Amino acid sequence: MITTIKETKRDRFFLTCNYIFLFMAFVIVAYPVLYIISASISNPKLVASGEMWLWPKDITFEGYQRVFRDTQIWVGYGNTILYTVIGTLVNLIVTIPAAYALARKDFVGRNFFMAVFMVTMFFGGGLVPTYLLVKNLGLVNSMWALILPGATSVWNLIVCRTFFQSAIPKEMQEAAEIDGCSNFRLFFRIVLPLSSSIIAVMALFFGVGHWNNYFSAMIYLNDHGKYPLQLVLRQILVLQEMSAQAGALNASTATALNNKAEVAALVKYAVIIVSTLPVIIIYPFLQRYFVQGVMIGSVKG
Amino acid sequence: MEDNAQAVLDAPVIRTKKTRSKTWRNILRNWQLYVFIAPAFLSIVIFSYFPMYGIQIAFKNFIPVDGVWGSPWVGFDHFVRFFNSYYFWDLLWNTLSISLYGLAVGFPLPIILALAFNEVKDGLFKRTVQTVTYAPHFISMVVMAGMIITFLSPSSGMVVHLIEAFGLTAPDFLTDPRWFKTMYVLSDVWQSTGWGTIIYLAALTSVDPGLHEAAILDGASRFQRIRHINIPAIIPTITILMILNMGGLLGVGFEKILLLQNPLNMEASDVISTFVYRSGLLNAQYSFSTAVGLFNSVVNAILLILVNQIVRRTSENSLW
Repeated sequence: MITTIKETKRDRFFLTCNYIFLFMAFVIVAYPVLYIISASISNPKLVASGEMWLWPKDITFEGYQRVFRDTQIWVGYGNTILYTVIGTLVNLIVTIPAAYALARKDFVGRNFFMAVFMVTMFFGGGLVPTYLLVKNLGLVNSMWALILPGATSVWNLIVCRTFFQSAIPKEMQEAAEIDGCSNFRLFFRIVLPLSSSIIAVMALFFGVGHWNNYFSAMIYLNDHGKYPLQLVLRQILVLQEMSAQAGALNASTATALNNKAEVAALVKYAVIIVSTLPVIIIYPFLQRYFVQGVMIGSVKG
Repeated sequence: MEDNAQAVLDAPVIRTKKTRSKTWRNILRNWQLYVFIAPAFLSIVIFSYFPMYGIQIAFKNFIPVDGVWGSPWVGFDHFVRFFNSYYFWDLLWNTLSISLYGLAVGFPLPIILALAFNEVKDGLFKRTVQTVTYAPHFISMVVMAGMIITFLSPSSGMVVHLIEAFGLTAPDFLTDPRWFKTMYVLSDVWQSTGWGTIIYLAALTSVDPGLHEAAILDGASRFQRIRHINIPAIIPTITILMILNMGGLLGVGFEKILLLQNPLNMEASDVISTFVYRSGLLNAQYSFSTAVGLFNSVVNAILLILVNQIVRRTSENSLW
């Protein structure tokens, strides 16, 4: 119907501009990423002088070799995986059942609980009182300091609640009740199997959050052996402290490349890739779920 | 249900008793739901409400041995000290200006991009551009800060090379306070614009195609249809996001600022939240920095309520 009407000249001009605009947006976002990938495998001298500007030049894997030899980075990787897995599990165990309870219209007190949760979205105790509490609970320098304070995310709780309200038919619950099915059974046998999509979405949101978290690790952890990847990255990328091991091990190759600052830059590009790779690799496959999550969240509950 | 309601109307005397016992029965029958909500409720009470209780140290001289309750009251001393300090106006100005700058540049862009996406038919081009523009959202703050620092490095940074390629001399982005806010805001735009479009695209899918068909028959151009059909359709979403953003005005992206801060750009980069971190956790001035943090949250809460109130008066949409 629409297509039978011919597009006017003005419309075609508009569409062309639109495509150009979107293409520019694409280039602006994609270029820095491509640059980092190219820079991570190029001769650092050519990168520093600006001769390498799009595709890799004079390919070297020196940066990656150094990153892979750095024990700090591997320890960080291990810790991050541990924190992400346990943290996400805790988040899910806490959030999903609570959201289900809040979605039930016959749950006495749901408005009270909702209010208790909602208040914390707009007002909180702030940094210092939270820190003092975590300290008093004896959680400082333990991974639980990174996991327990954020166990409940009110925003995600509301997203899940909205999902349960709209996706689980009320008749199902009524039928289960007539059959004498308890709420536990109803939840674990009927509701959960129907909710795999929202569980996947939540696992992704929580997982990315734990993977990228550095601030709570920075304030609560003192022991370098417990540092997650992001804190190790902070030392290398922001504080510009190259790890001691990486420098010592590579004395011979360092002379080949001779300029220390340039090698450091090379390692930085490599480390950006290595740390972001897992997220970037799985992201295109999971993008659909992420988008779905945001869209459920946008429904006013 | 209806019979019940009728019965209740007929016998107002026993109504309260009857509904109360019904409520109790409901609670008992659904006791398992309370087990479901218990962990979330407990974690919120412990990790969100206890810190709120701890806020009282803003009005006390907190002595760790005496605890929150036992420390002596000092009233508004810490607040007065903060308001009278020479850095108060700088902090407030930095916080507000970074927020407003970010809002002015970063808020309209996802809307424009979403409208542009919406004009393109689903296909490889659209999917590719979307996938790519969403992706930076998943880059961590540390890596983001690392990228900014590397790209803006005066000797070897990509951005510096780019500017020099046009025959200009690049400023010292990282150390010149005049550039801090722009650097902060533009990197934010790069990272979050694509992701921000999702919510508007969702809102745009609800537009009735009949409206567009009718408009086309009336000879409306694409641009006119965007202006008179698409934009009005996403106004409610825009409003809600605007209110939420205003509520966070003084809570600017603290993590990235903290990472990009250095002694040379401090005069432009120090905001209330980084100040709270420094004075509270690094210098252990617990009470003082709690007072500063409280000031911050209270202003945020007031702004949120105020904006919501204004919006509620002028349109149908509001948070509550």
